[in-house]
Amino acid sequence: MINSKVFFQGLKSLKGSKSPAIPLAACFIALGALLKDAGFNLQQSAASSFFTYALPGQLVMAESLLVGASLVNIFIAVWLVNFRLYPMTVSLFPLLEHNKQPKWKYYLSCHFLAVTSWLIAKDGYKKIDKKHRIDFWIGIGIGTWTTAILMTMAGYLSADYLNKDMLIGLAIVNPVYFFCMMIGAMKNLSISIAVVVGTILGPVIYTVSSEWALLFAGLIAGTVAFLFGEKNGK
Amino acid sequence: MESSQIIILAIIATSLATFISRFMGALTSEKVSVKSKIFQWFNCVAYSTLAALLGRMIIFPAGVLSDSDLIYRLVVLVCCIFIFIKSKKNLVIPTIISAFFLALLNNI
Repeated sequence: MINSKVFFQGLKSLKGSKSPAIPLAACFIALGALLKDAGFNLQQSAASSFFTYALPGQLVMAESLLVGASLVNIFIAVWLVNFRLYPMTVSLFPLLEHNKQPKWKYYLSCHFLAVTSWLIAKDGYKKIDKKHRIDFWIGIGIGTWTTAILMTMAGYLSADYLNKDMLIGLAIVNPVYFFCMMIGAMKNLSISIAVVVGTILGPVIYTVSSEWALLFAGLIAGTVAFLFGEKNGK
Repeated sequence: MESSQIIILAIIATSLATFISRFMGALTSEKVSVKSKIFQWFNCVAYSTLAALLGRMIIFPAGVLSDSDLIYRLVVLVCCIFIFIKSKKNLVIPTIISAFFLALLNNI
């Protein structure tokens, strides 16, 4: 059903010089501590990472709860901040498609789609035989997802021992890791433009609309990068 | 409503709002060919949306990171990217350094 050799190849991406384990651990430990602050118990904190597994959305949820936002507002705010997962899935899953693989693998494993797993999969899928790429992806997904859940619990349990400076230190690890990964991914003109223009437009549009910033910045910068790449042969 | 009920409902709302995008992506992917222009466009939009999120995380962070100075965050980011490039794209070293570096700067 699942090719175990390829699955473990995906799982092993947690090790090595490109390991996402440290940044994942850092940010989910910080999240666990924040969730404790927001009034969650241990099971609820673990459930949040188990069912959502998307840090920016979980941060929005925790902060919205702290200010007493309604459920509808939480839903919309999270949807807007996590909408990036839609283009991310569409830009990854066609690379993993194979007609011999059952659909349920794709429908279930899309839950593992997060920035970390996406960047690792984009970086490593070419090494894997087309037929088994989805199993490679499931391996990456299980590894990163499990790390996130366990570290949320670790963060919750260690919240009392973490002072503010330590939490701030932990919180910077994730954006630093992602920026480095993205710079490593800038291998052609259109991706480079997408990254640079997106980085600038994100905060700029945020000053006009905090909720719609990601959507608009992504669409504008992505389209500009695509057109530029088309015109200049990538 | 009890606070624990509100939290459970918030977890459900957050999970649904997140899974919708992933699942729609999986459905759309079935109709998108890797060689098509639309795939290239989605690829660019994915990278730029991610970059926009990261830009926002550094300039206008949510959570505990907002208690640090912007200039410190930028210094840490630039230094760590430099280390990343100089260390033949090792990701572990710059990420570990970033945590200690920002905690230290924030303590000055």
